[in-house]
Amino acid sequence: MRKLALDDEILLKIEKPARYIGNEVNSVMKDKETVDIRFAMCFPDVYEIGMSHLGIQILYDMFNKREDVWCERVYSPWIDLDKIMREQNIPLFALESQDPIKEFDFLGITIQYEMCYTNILQVLDLSQIPLYAKDRTKAHPIVIGGGPCTYNPEPLADFFDIFYIGEGETVYNELLDLYKEYKHSDWSRREFLERAARIEGLYIPMLYDVTYKEDGTIDSFKPNHPNAKEKIQKQMVLDITDASYPLKPVVPFIKVTQDRVVLEIMRGCIRGCRFCQAGMLYRPTREKNLKTLKQYAYQMLKNTGHEEISLSSLSSSDYTNLKELVTFLIEEFKEKGINISLPSLRIDAFSLDVMSKVQDVRKSSLTFAPEAGSQRMRDVINKGLTEEMILNGAGQAFEGGWNKVKLYFMLGLPGETEEDMRDIARLADKVARRYYEIPKDQRNGKCQVTASTSFFIPKPFTPFQWATMCDQEEYIAKAHIVNEEMRAQLNQKSLRYNWHEADVTVLEGVFARGDRRVSNVLLEAYRLGCLYDSWSETFQNDLWMQAFENTGTDIAFYNKRERDLDEILPWDFIDIGVTKEFLKREWMRALSGEVTPNCRMQCSGCGVAKYKGGVCIESKGEI
Amino acid sequence: MKVRVKFKKYGVMKFIGHLDVMRYFQKALRRADIPVAFTKGFSPHMVMSFANPLGVGLTSDGEYFDLEITRPLSTKEAVKRLNEVMVEGMEVLDFVEISGDKKSTGMSIVAAADYLVTDKDGKMDDAFFDGLSRFTEQEKINVMKKTKRSEKEMDIRPLIYEMKRQGNAMYMRVSAGSVSNLKPELVMETYTSFLGLSSKEFRFVLHRLDNYARAEDGALVPLNALGKVIEG
Repeated sequence: MRKLALDDEILLKIEKPARYIGNEVNSVMKDKETVDIRFAMCFPDVYEIGMSHLGIQILYDMFNKREDVWCERVYSPWIDLDKIMREQNIPLFALESQDPIKEFDFLGITIQYEMCYTNILQVLDLSQIPLYAKDRTKAHPIVIGGGPCTYNPEPLADFFDIFYIGEGETVYNELLDLYKEYKHSDWSRREFLERAARIEGLYIPMLYDVTYKEDGTIDSFKPNHPNAKEKIQKQMVLDITDASYPLKPVVPFIKVTQDRVVLEIMRGCIRGCRFCQAGMLYRPTREKNLKTLKQYAYQMLKNTGHEEISLSSLSSSDYTNLKELVTFLIEEFKEKGINISLPSLRIDAFSLDVMSKVQDVRKSSLTFAPEAGSQRMRDVINKGLTEEMILNGAGQAFEGGWNKVKLYFMLGLPGETEEDMRDIARLADKVARRYYEIPKDQRNGKCQVTASTSFFIPKPFTPFQWATMCDQEEYIAKAHIVNEEMRAQLNQKSLRYNWHEADVTVLEGVFARGDRRVSNVLLEAYRLGCLYDSWSETFQNDLWMQAFENTGTDIAFYNKRERDLDEILPWDFIDIGVTKEFLKREWMRALSGEVTPNCRMQCSGCGVAKYKGGVCIESKGEI
Repeated sequence: MKVRVKFKKYGVMKFIGHLDVMRYFQKALRRADIPVAFTKGFSPHMVMSFANPLGVGLTSDGEYFDLEITRPLSTKEAVKRLNEVMVEGMEVLDFVEISGDKKSTGMSIVAAADYLVTDKDGKMDDAFFDGLSRFTEQEKINVMKKTKRSEKEMDIRPLIYEMKRQGNAMYMRVSAGSVSNLKPELVMETYTSFLGLSSKEFRFVLHRLDNYARAEDGALVPLNALGKVIEG
């Protein structure tokens, strides 16, 4: 029997001890004496969030297929245990072996959102690994980061030895093989990192120097070692059907956010919305083969015993064989008591039909993401959704028995006017009016239209990467305008409006486009006690503001400044395939409100055609 | 067809709470391909009822749940299939057919449970057990029982059916189920304070041995003894 890292007294005192004991179905146990490399895979948030992440499941499975590697999992201890571990000096441990992370060869951290950055420092700190990469020796694990936030890794550059830029399925084997060589050699840690720099897609921050101009912008960003590449190429799997996929994912004991089988059907998105980072990063759009997906569905349900299956992609409605896949899932599994959970699909006759089969129409709500209230603004962001499409979709849904609709919008988009904001409320009202056009005896009571706004954050590698961002007061003022307009609507009693916290948005903005220097703010905030910043119950904005003040960091420099097109951006050394020229072109088209067609309608020459895969080599003009 | 599943829970699984054990078995039954019956409707679920939920921190050799299945499956085959999909710390011991009568299922029939209590630090020595016969010979054992609203005094003596030393452990058979459930923690607390000690000085390890129902003749029998083995 395994010995747990925490004793019974601690486990019985804290919330949800199951977060820390491992032993779940399909978790992988190996003999540590027979492997060469021990890899700790971390999601720096609480277990229930981390366990719901598909990327980690893919890599966990892929690494453990290698006989010489034992990959284990580690998550952020919740604040109750965090406190105890600090008091009693208990080192952070991996769930499977319960061994301290500091004894591992690698600590891999997936970086999914900016507000988990203090948790990254917590994981390093509790693991008793020096926070700064430069302070680590051969005795410490190699700390490697991956995931969407690593497309601007600079705010975290000082804390990581390596960033893996792109999809994990490509060059990890090369890195692991090199590590084995290093482990049995007399190379220093630095020598290992210098050799690792030769591998495509790996960015080793300490091998680069950054200098700044007087105005604070970057003057130069250069490698300081011959092995370090000027440009890091994004890693991408061309054929995602044959890519490694976890057919026996770990099944948690406690209820986690994603408590179901997840079938990844597609990577990338053809749409090209100008605010969307994922839409640019994961180009070109690549689909998984339908036959393979059907087999995976069977095997994964059998191997996990889950009672629900869902599809994962950026825009499932664009999956070519969606109809056949969904029909198959319903026919094959509905009778066996398996719930089919559909991601937000474009509302049309087909999606309404399948939704009425898999969910209780009276209880469920329909979701639209117009993102902006006016057509003008939707053209600016290249969201190819018209008012007519929204009202038609809502109308069909209402006639099908639904009476709850959710609408998602963004506030603070580039060039937004007061009219654009007010149009959010007006659009919500038009949806409600459409409902009340149905004769009273044929409708199901009142309707409920809920509009939610989040605040726009310009992200690296989007056409809006140069854009200025609002500050907290401006965002709140915008939300108040929408709120006021909501109250002026005819159907105001059927409308609900809620908006996001603006303080978190401001921090996300700083870290999304920050440079190496903002790592000081991060470290200072952590030292002041910031942790779990993505959780409203633990987020402490006053401490963050203190950290900015203590480090003399100017938020406006990062958020409010409209960047020059020729400014060296902190993430310019990464090549995602989409060219900077294309992004500039799109930024100009946005400013003049010109729409760009999606990848299936017409190629707009973004640059990823050089990979010769996915949607770029599909025949055009058929869809 | 109604069946009763008996299982044991040990090791790290003691940290998995009752609701999660239910979820665990729902998934395990699917992995093992047991033909479980579902309710109708938009979110069909398994018809499952657990007897006498076990608290977090306790291990057990005799836990039960009842289940409706759609076609017969032999005891031997079902136990084998389920154990193939168990994690360490869970073992299925029995799978028997029970009467479909509503009165004979789940929680309602539990009458008693056996526990074995040890101390992590070996503090349960001869002196500790010295007072045991004086304790059990009392006519009344009044304790303050906290409810949601108030505290009230109750006599737990009639709920203790048996209490004796077993090596360095305390064995007890106490009343259980929905009518009058006595927790072994409360018994140990009462006994240690009877000795003039505090239960806080001990690190008791609580283990449930089995759950019992009253047979027609009034005798206490393990819950699975009320069912019959399904031949394959």
